[in-house]
Amino acid sequence: MSTFEAGRYDVIVIGAGHAGVEAALASARRGASTLMLTLNLDMVAFMPCNPSIGGPAKGIVVREIDALGGEMAKTIDQTYIQMRLLNTRKGPAVRALRAQADKHLYIQRMKEVLEEEENLTLRQGMVKRLIVEDGVCKGVETETKAAYYADNVIVTTGTFMRSKVLIGDLAYESGPNNQRSSTDLSDQIQELGIEMVRFKTGTPMRVHGRTIDYSKTEEQPGDEVPRAFSYETTEFIMDQIPCWLTYTNEFTHTIINDNLSSSAMYSGMVEGTGPRYCPSVEDKIVRFNDKPRHQVFLEPEGRNTDEVYVQGLSTSLPEDVQNQMMRTVPGLEKAEIMRAGYAIEYDSVIPTQLWPTLETKKIEGLFTAGQINGTSGYEEAAAQGIMAGINAASKVLGKDPVILDRSQAYIGVLIDDLVTKGTDEPYRLLTSRAEYRLVLRHDNADLRLTEIGHDIGLIPDERYERFQEKKRLIAEEIERLEGIIIKPSEAVQAAVEAAGGSQLKEAARASDLLKRPEMGYQAVADLTEGGKELPEDVKEQVEIQVKYAGYIQKSNQQIERMRKMETKKIPENIDYDDIHGLASEAREKLKEVRPLSVGQASRISGVNPADVSILLVYIEQGKIAKVADES
Amino acid sequence: METDTISAISTPLGEGAIAIVRLSGPEALEYANQMFRGKDLLEVDTHTIHYGKLVDPETDELVEEVMVSVMRAPKTFTREDIVEINCHGGMVSVNRVLELVLAQGARLAEPGEFTKRAFLNGRIDLSQAEAVMDLIRAKTDRAMNVALKQMDGRLSNLIQNLRQQLLETLAQVEVNIDYPEYDDVEEMTNELMIENTKHVHDEIERILQTAKQGKILREGLGTAIVGRPNVGKSSLMNSLVHENKAIVTEIPGTTRDVIEEYVNVRGVPLRLIDTAGIRETEDLVEKIGVERSRQVLQEADLILLVLNYGDELTEEDKKLFEAVHDMDVIVIVNKTDLPQKLDLEELNRVAGDHPLVNTSLIEEKGIDQLEESISDIFFEGDIDTGDMTYVSNVRHVQLLKQAKDALKDATNGMEAGMPIDLVQIDVTRTWELLGEIVGDTVNESLIDQLFSQFCLGK
Repeated sequence: MSTFEAGRYDVIVIGAGHAGVEAALASARRGASTLMLTLNLDMVAFMPCNPSIGGPAKGIVVREIDALGGEMAKTIDQTYIQMRLLNTRKGPAVRALRAQADKHLYIQRMKEVLEEEENLTLRQGMVKRLIVEDGVCKGVETETKAAYYADNVIVTTGTFMRSKVLIGDLAYESGPNNQRSSTDLSDQIQELGIEMVRFKTGTPMRVHGRTIDYSKTEEQPGDEVPRAFSYETTEFIMDQIPCWLTYTNEFTHTIINDNLSSSAMYSGMVEGTGPRYCPSVEDKIVRFNDKPRHQVFLEPEGRNTDEVYVQGLSTSLPEDVQNQMMRTVPGLEKAEIMRAGYAIEYDSVIPTQLWPTLETKKIEGLFTAGQINGTSGYEEAAAQGIMAGINAASKVLGKDPVILDRSQAYIGVLIDDLVTKGTDEPYRLLTSRAEYRLVLRHDNADLRLTEIGHDIGLIPDERYERFQEKKRLIAEEIERLEGIIIKPSEAVQAAVEAAGGSQLKEAARASDLLKRPEMGYQAVADLTEGGKELPEDVKEQVEIQVKYAGYIQKSNQQIERMRKMETKKIPENIDYDDIHGLASEAREKLKEVRPLSVGQASRISGVNPADVSILLVYIEQGKIAKVADES
Repeated sequence: METDTISAISTPLGEGAIAIVRLSGPEALEYANQMFRGKDLLEVDTHTIHYGKLVDPETDELVEEVMVSVMRAPKTFTREDIVEINCHGGMVSVNRVLELVLAQGARLAEPGEFTKRAFLNGRIDLSQAEAVMDLIRAKTDRAMNVALKQMDGRLSNLIQNLRQQLLETLAQVEVNIDYPEYDDVEEMTNELMIENTKHVHDEIERILQTAKQGKILREGLGTAIVGRPNVGKSSLMNSLVHENKAIVTEIPGTTRDVIEEYVNVRGVPLRLIDTAGIRETEDLVEKIGVERSRQVLQEADLILLVLNYGDELTEEDKKLFEAVHDMDVIVIVNKTDLPQKLDLEELNRVAGDHPLVNTSLIEEKGIDQLEESISDIFFEGDIDTGDMTYVSNVRHVQLLKQAKDALKDATNGMEAGMPIDLVQIDVTRTWELLGEIVGDTVNESLIDQLFSQFCLGK
């Protein structure tokens, strides 16, 4: 194919979904000249599934992205239709925000941000192939014969790789929402020797809001307290729109059961593996046939549209069956489908072929991020996007790669899981995947990551100073509370009892008093003199850090142990065949994953503690040999 | 480079009058000092040895008189701080010392771990590296096999069962967290959690108390020699004792003033019960009466039932067989030097599945077979191990104790009203510790449980 040279950049990002926009912005903002290519510039950061961002674990990721200087948090803060803090009755570690998004406003706002970025070029186009020479990525070619050159290319093509939409017995090549599928690129990536698997996901029907009878459903309002994802957000949207809850019933289930064979997923048409955590309604009925009902949430897709997302009825049944089945649900008896639900199948990269920087091991300069790596969810995609963007820019700038570990961020857990363990279904973050979730909290994402964000130039100095000030206030207040002895005076006893606790037996430090479950920060601070008015986020931080100090300490000890193994680096040129004594399964897995540290090696399934010990001995042996050679 | 402090018994078991418990690692001195009453070990010079008493710091109870060697890094075998506690060489005393060391925070060393550390810290030269790897591989695989085989199938099932109960509880907590709007599942509250975990706690406690091998390791295999007068009970005891270098111990803190004898038979620690009675009278059953003999039998883990080859089977013998029919019994047909009067067919009928051993203690015949029989009963014929059996067992006991402690932390947290997701950390830890016993700690199973137990969307 004869091409024309259309431009030279430091970094090219293919795709403009949630991974692509974060990748492009991070790269451009770090100073790498960046080109973003996308099939449709009207669809940047589009939400093809739930009109919602956040949730347990995911909401914390959004805040982490913010602390690293990403865009998702700020954009959703400006475009949500409702916001809730989840798990408020549980401990601080598992609280998380979730917003219902105005998906159209979200696109608009994100496009503005992209357009404002000076170092970023936006172009609509279909990438046909990568330019690869001698195992090194050099750029891309589009179907219009434009050749763009760059030493780093980040592929964030989501579910568009050889994607196929399925409804009943209808199947056609298409990306989500009838956008074009990308076939050539997927084929070429496999020709380059990168293995891909077929995954599947699905989405429910959307209905016209005016045809819903909301009186038969329960209202699900947003929080009345102003909340935001970004630590920088100061203006809050208080005019919120509710969601609604209803349920399936035995009639729904009968219709589904009677028509199972016509569902694309059950007729044998689908080859891809679907996620267990986001099952189609067919799956729910089949796998849990004893459940009399399943929840259905009705979620508005925006302020300026009457389209409503029917969360819980994800399906690939034929359209007429979808209609029939949906109309058995209270409130939806007369609902009109605007878009039918569908299943979608696509190629995704087996992520153990990636370094923790998200660069492929096979092709230097080629990164993949987002749903193409076998994940699901906008937040998981955005998290990978920002890290790929940061690391591509690191290469351009000649700086160290940035790899977050499992104790620093959910982003670290996500990427480590992907590149170390791989995944055999679309991967979703869950709080239970994080072994140190007590330190990976919603409230302290800034404390964990702002420093890094500033170091890599994504957090401006002025924001960094505000952050330093917050840290200082927290430390001072904790020190102050630790230094104050509260005597069991009448006023004190009354305050303690008012909070629902038992009387003090003897004088106690203010900090110890705060450790009592019933005592909040304010109640304790009121018993002390010389306290000053502190910002709410500082008070919250003081309370959490003092109250749960014992548990946090325990976690930190575990982290300390993990870090020791993490700092034991495995030489890049290690030859696993040369290591005597490794079990053969471990040897194969180590050769496949090529872990960077002994810690990472120990997390690979099939590598047991004896293998880890042998690996350690082998590495130390090499060091001793080296010292011997030198002397 | 390694961060924790490890400990193990570093002398062969049951042999020699002195045993050494070795500690290596950054906290070796601190742990030893916590239990040592004598000089302040933190202050003494390196490579010195000190006399003193070992006490349980929690109760201040005297455990042992010991000599403690202090060797500071780097001029030690492992190039870490090392403390060696020299104590009396009996199974019981050395085990108590080891348990106490572990209770201070040391971790039980993996097989070959001292050597491994010596290597990793550059103490051993390069040519030994391959040998170290062989050691790790061989010992670890063997240890794992031994651990798994050693586990009584019932105990293993029991632990798997407890893990499953915890897992279901954990999955419920997780589902509440990851799917806060999912309303089909009961909200896991602290009250519910206390209820669910209490059973597990009680079971662990019970296992700890009854785990046969654990108890034997701490106390020896309680062994009663029974039989009619003049069948050779006393000779049998003397044979066992003389052959095996008995260690006579006065058990402190018990109300009994009975002297018990400990002998080590092929790695099996035997505690001979009521040996005084046998010595004095040769006549246990008759003299102290049926009541007392039943009591002795109850305490026993193993019965050595002695018969006379030169005599017919009497009603008394048959009563004895009845009294012990559901216990571990070795039937010893003694005095094979005498002309046969014992009806072997009748004996086989009465003895059922219990193993028979022929001896002539006067002629010193049959002792080997007896010892083999004892060792077979203990190891269930499966395993030929030296100290490995013992290591894996202390490991189990240690893990069970840690699991119990973790659960205790969880309960304390629940009672203090800590949020469930914090309490859950300790419950998860319990689940992991139990998993280490049965060789399974894969975290994915929680996520699998989550999705198989609940129907989730969103």
